[in-house]
Amino acid sequence: MSSKERILAAIQQNKPDLLPLPEQPEFPYDSDLPAQYAIGLSGNGGKCLEVGGPEEVLAFIKEHFRESQMIVSLSESVPGNFNVAMAEDPHELEHVDLAILEGDWGVAENGAIWLPEEKLHHRALPFIAQHLIVLLKKDRLLGNMHEVYARIDVQAPGYGVFIAGPSKTADIEQSLIIGAHGPRSMTVFLLD
Amino acid sequence: MKPAPTHAAAAEEFLKDSERSHWHDETLWHVRSKRDVSAQKIPEWEQLRTLASQIKDHVLSNLDTLLLQFEKNATANGIEVLWAKDAQEHNEHVLRILEENQVKQLVKSKSILTEECGLNHFLEDKGYDVVDTDLGERIIQFNKQVPSHIVMPAIHLKKKEIGAIFHKHLGTEEGADDPQYLTEAARQHLRQKFIHAHAAITGVNFGIAETGGFVVCTNEGNADMGTHLADIHIACMGIEKLVPRAADLGIFLRLLARSATGQSITNYNSHFHRPRNGKKMYLILVDNGRTKQLGREDFRNSLKCIRCGACMNTCPIYRRSSGFSYNSTVPGPIGSILSPGMDLKKHSTLPFASTLCGSCSDVCPVKINIHEQLYKWRQVITKEGPPQASKKWAMRFGGQVMSKPRLFDLMGKMARKSLSISPRGFVYNSFNAWGKHRELPEVPKESFKDWYKKNRNQ
Repeated sequence: MSSKERILAAIQQNKPDLLPLPEQPEFPYDSDLPAQYAIGLSGNGGKCLEVGGPEEVLAFIKEHFRESQMIVSLSESVPGNFNVAMAEDPHELEHVDLAILEGDWGVAENGAIWLPEEKLHHRALPFIAQHLIVLLKKDRLLGNMHEVYARIDVQAPGYGVFIAGPSKTADIEQSLIIGAHGPRSMTVFLLD
Repeated sequence: MKPAPTHAAAAEEFLKDSERSHWHDETLWHVRSKRDVSAQKIPEWEQLRTLASQIKDHVLSNLDTLLLQFEKNATANGIEVLWAKDAQEHNEHVLRILEENQVKQLVKSKSILTEECGLNHFLEDKGYDVVDTDLGERIIQFNKQVPSHIVMPAIHLKKKEIGAIFHKHLGTEEGADDPQYLTEAARQHLRQKFIHAHAAITGVNFGIAETGGFVVCTNEGNADMGTHLADIHIACMGIEKLVPRAADLGIFLRLLARSATGQSITNYNSHFHRPRNGKKMYLILVDNGRTKQLGREDFRNSLKCIRCGACMNTCPIYRRSSGFSYNSTVPGPIGSILSPGMDLKKHSTLPFASTLCGSCSDVCPVKINIHEQLYKWRQVITKEGPPQASKKWAMRFGGQVMSKPRLFDLMGKMARKSLSISPRGFVYNSFNAWGKHRELPEVPKESFKDWYKKNRNQ
């Protein structure tokens, strides 16, 4: 008898009578979404800025990053200086200083942004970069996680992730430190 | 083999350092308070808990069908699914994968299951250098310890000690204990490990039956740094970790982090469905006693656990005795109902490490009746375990006194008299466990009954 057969047989013998799977109710969310999103993200150590257009994002990058730094952008409206298509292997992204991505959906309640694989080019990109910027259209903001799951097919991409802030840890005496392994900052720009 | 110390004896060791035990107590209570604030922000919090509990009830009652559905979909996605009846088989699967793929360097993110299976020791014995990448886990790995908390593995250590550990292993400055500085040192050290790893091992927070994928949650991003750079991803999952539908994740992800630390969600919630092009993804489904626990009607519910650690943070015993006193991979209240199912003899004192106050059940996001199960394990252990003479005679004596009002009055009078005239050493000694760290209340001059007789006409 294989382990699979043994495990399944043990379950069949030991499981209780079938109990019903509850329906998923809707949980309506009616706050001011951009304002609530900003609160949600800052709670996780990120920063949210509402801007009029991509030129304000460019100005922010100019102010905070140097030309000589390695900037990868997957947004057409905000250029970077390293073409990610040139990197065949994710290890070539080791020295990326800033990654600029376009988010798919944002969650006002907790600041999370859904990023399916096609928005990342390399799965490693939003983790290996020293800093992360995500652009999100305001009309892609939803209230809570339920609303996002109702709209996405998690199985369509081979990988997808809700990112809700920079890399952080509190493993030393519960002191919050931003920049554990991945990005030392996460800035989300909300655009019209 | 030396028998495991009782919980009380191990707790006594921890309590010797009163500064540390007070800090531990207060820090975890602070985490519990953050959980309350966070939960209260969600108007439908209680409804979410009920739904999560019902979903897990369904999963346990339909586990065979859901596992087969999960396996079929995961396989179609290109994930190789393996089954392991116990820890040994799980470890052997991992070893075989590493050997087949000629893996030399491997990184690991947090997985309570691999702790349960003793994977690190097993692989180290075979000559592998297993690098834990969660900061807390790396600290205790350097220190040759196991996690003392499932969410905060190094919560038993102070920053001075961590500074000394890093000085020894990472060459940080002697005496340096600034958390920012130490974390940066670990970041630089672990980044090199990520870059050079051939395989990454992760745990699984949720497996999704209908899509054949799985979710891993971290705040550090270490699971992702590992898996997206390495050629091989090995995910280790207990068979009870399934949810039927992707939409169920909305409920569980809203509950998990708020219950664990009070944050609204973990910063990284990764959904894996297919390996990267040309790379490999393995998923090991592990039983290791879970199907047995499924057959115990009174204790079945413990399998609903999503490993948030809320019951530990709230437990007055855990907070004051630390995780090590439980001598079990999962400590605290939930560990005290899971571990006796694995080895009743070894863990027979754990269900007694509780005040049965019920706070654990109140904060549990999947509504496990933890304190009721603790009480039920006590009954099992008392029936099956070795007789405890002192408890037996005390109970018999108590029963006699309580059932005879005159004897009760007499004993009360004698106790009041003798307690007020006895020298201190006669009352506070090794026979009085209660009085070890506590003073008895002041002895009243008369019983309530006498007082009432005198005052009832006023």
